[in-house]
Amino acid sequence: MASKFLDHKKIERNVTILGVLAFLAVIVGGIVEIAPLFWIDSTVEKVEGVRPYTPLELAGRNIYIREGCYNCHSQQIRPFRDEVERYGHYSLAAESMYDHPFQWGSKRTGPDLARVGGRYSDEWHVQHLKDPRSVVPESIMPPYAFMAERDLDAGDMAKHLTAMRRVGVPYTDEDIQKAQQDLQQQALADGDAADLARRYPKAQARDFDGDPNRLTEMDALVAYLQMLGTTVDLRSAEAQEQPR
Amino acid sequence: MVERKRIDDKTGTSTVGHEWDGIEELDTPMPRWWLVTFFATIVFAAVYVVLYPAWPLVHSATAGVLGWSSRGQLAKEVATEGTRKAPIEQALARIPIERLPENSELFQAAVAGGSAAFKVYCVQCHGAGAAGTKGYPNLNDDDWLWGGDLKTIQQTLANGIRQPGNDATRMSVMPAFGRDAILQPAEVQDVVSYVRLLSHQEKPSEAARRGATLFANNCVACHGPQGKGMRDFGAPNLTDGIWLYGGDRDTLTETVTNSRYGVMPAWGHRLDPVTIKMLAAYVHSLGGGEAFVPETPAAVAAATSNPEAATPVAQPRNVQP
Repeated sequence: MASKFLDHKKIERNVTILGVLAFLAVIVGGIVEIAPLFWIDSTVEKVEGVRPYTPLELAGRNIYIREGCYNCHSQQIRPFRDEVERYGHYSLAAESMYDHPFQWGSKRTGPDLARVGGRYSDEWHVQHLKDPRSVVPESIMPPYAFMAERDLDAGDMAKHLTAMRRVGVPYTDEDIQKAQQDLQQQALADGDAADLARRYPKAQARDFDGDPNRLTEMDALVAYLQMLGTTVDLRSAEAQEQPR
Repeated sequence: MVERKRIDDKTGTSTVGHEWDGIEELDTPMPRWWLVTFFATIVFAAVYVVLYPAWPLVHSATAGVLGWSSRGQLAKEVATEGTRKAPIEQALARIPIERLPENSELFQAAVAGGSAAFKVYCVQCHGAGAAGTKGYPNLNDDDWLWGGDLKTIQQTLANGIRQPGNDATRMSVMPAFGRDAILQPAEVQDVVSYVRLLSHQEKPSEAARRGATLFANNCVACHGPQGKGMRDFGAPNLTDGIWLYGGDRDTLTETVTNSRYGVMPAWGHRLDPVTIKMLAAYVHSLGGGEAFVPETPAAVAAATSNPEAATPVAQPRNVQP
């Protein structure tokens, strides 16, 4: 590149030209990476069934993040045959649109969890979390038995939901107002389950950890795991998918 | 800065032209291979952008001339695989499962397919070698709770165990004898002693003698008079030394006190009938598979008149592929 116009010596010695060209180079990357975020509503394909997390699921999700489960487990099934045959239908962008932050991940020391919901019984999850080797002898997952001992301290759920609403999760005023009550009710299954199911379709209300008298961290985490990937009816979603 | 370019004697290349305290810099040109590679990547990128999806636009990315998409490729691969497997799957769909062992090639294919499906759906509870663990039965032995012929295994797989809302599911509820105060704690211990006597773990004792009476009054309806179990209720054989939860005193006390309520998903909702058939063939092939006994009126009559003739033990075992 010996032409006079692109002579690097000239560019390197003239701060104005260097500045302008560097700015142009950066702006291309900026446009490609940032601009699509402003059109995200039209980029994310619409699928029916995705709903915000119930307070209990959200509390379980917070435990999932606190314990660093994402370090070994991804939550994104990629559109490859081996993944689809093992984990189920590939993940759709809309399925994680209420995730703040998302848990896609790219490291799979353990299996993908995007569609783990309903795949195992609650008892299996509890036993596996307490002592992974007792059900999967070759597992290297650490045990999380303490979760069954610890009462769930989720903090002020109403405030948590309000914060989520500020970043775009469509919780209603009623959801926020009843947040604390929903949290208790879903795990102890002692209240109006129909009301919960009306506001959070397909929400599963029951005792998750095998100890009906207490609301533990295990309840919340298992509730979260059991709903993962279960909200979207994938057969009806297929028609709305765009080729990508 | 003064330009003072000159040709370096030792290397024969030009210097850049600046000099500090006698130190000069060579202006060595880029190696040709490097430049060629550099321009080749630029050309590659330009061609790629035209052929494949590249620039993000408002609704989706530019499509690319080839019309390639990851989802399209997946659909194609799945379709190709489907075509490849279609003849075997159709043959499996047509054949009634109890007649599968007659066609050894098809049976082999079913076992291979079932082995793959087992690794995805079943190993989490039953273990990679199907040896089970506490609470999850070992599928390698010939000790079956609900029955071990192909048709029965298929039925269990499709409808699960204790699945609410499924009429065909395997259903039975053992009473929580201790928790619901049907038996007093001391009586529970007596029953446990008797069960441990049945399984040859303890010598006859006074407690076991009292337990025998309690057993006769409370347990024989499902576990049978000899404690050999009853498959209609999924009631385990208590005499064979094979335990799902454990045969030690503490575990048996827990079982009799609180009962057990093991569940298995109803795979009929999730897997297609052919996969279920293949899984049944695989589980059957693991070692404990029993021959299918047709429930014709003649067979029932024979069973009533001559119990020896109809027991599965008396039937020849299936030839394993």
